[in-house]
Amino acid sequence: MTITLRYFAWVRERIGKPDEVVEVPAGIGTVGELMTWLASRGEEYAHAFENPAIIRAAIDRSHVKAQAPIGSAREIAFFPPMTGG
Amino acid sequence: MLPGEAEFSNLRERRYIPPMTPLTTVRIQREGFDASAEAARLTRGRTDIGALVTFTGICRGAEAGEPIEALTLEHYPGMAEAEIERHVAEAVARWPLMGVTVIHRYGRIAPGEDIMMVAAASSHREAAFSAAEFLMDYLKTRAPFWKQVEKAGATGWVEAKAADDSAAERWAKAAGRDAAE
Repeated sequence: MTITLRYFAWVRERIGKPDEVVEVPAGIGTVGELMTWLASRGEEYAHAFENPAIIRAAIDRSHVKAQAPIGSAREIAFFPPMTGG
Repeated sequence: MLPGEAEFSNLRERRYIPPMTPLTTVRIQREGFDASAEAARLTRGRTDIGALVTFTGICRGAEAGEPIEALTLEHYPGMAEAEIERHVAEAVARWPLMGVTVIHRYGRIAPGEDIMMVAAASSHREAAFSAAEFLMDYLKTRAPFWKQVEKAGATGWVEAKAADDSAAERWAKAAGRDAAE
């Protein structure tokens, strides 16, 4: 399954790119499992996802929790807690 | 929002049904804005509005005694608009509002410049105050913006405050739903 991943703020800085298209391996069903898999892709990813409990995620531009199924997502974003306003 | 839609948005309590669609504006932009002109636009030419609450967030020049050179705001284009529009629609369903404006900037912002504004207009003050505060609390915790601060040539990401999360949660409790959803 091909998904566009987008990274923001220090997640983007640690990974070193704002977005990428990845082929998600079979067996990865949730956003949390996707984070675990991403963390295994290299040092920069391990650094970005070293504390997955604080990373927020959005599927197709709506907030989701780590337990959320990836389903037929086209775009999944990972970012730190928001600090706008 | 369609007329009467508010009636179905939350069945826990009786909802006000707006007599006409409120004037709502959501803008995400790099350039500055004129908060007083934006607020005046909500009330111009009408006499049914009795209360207008505006909040403007401004870039401070110092924090904890250290001078701030600038803030840089990153955002998630598309989602930022969608998320704010969702909360504006929720505010319109919860309170008898006649107008709502939310403007949020991104990019580099110098001390003294406006970062964002919320304005809520209603016939009475309670709805206008509540809606403005509700929108601010949700903007802080749910709108995908991230602040980076420049101090003495070094940059760092602003950390989210737990107090902002609890401020947003009280509105979810009032509506009887899960804050984290």
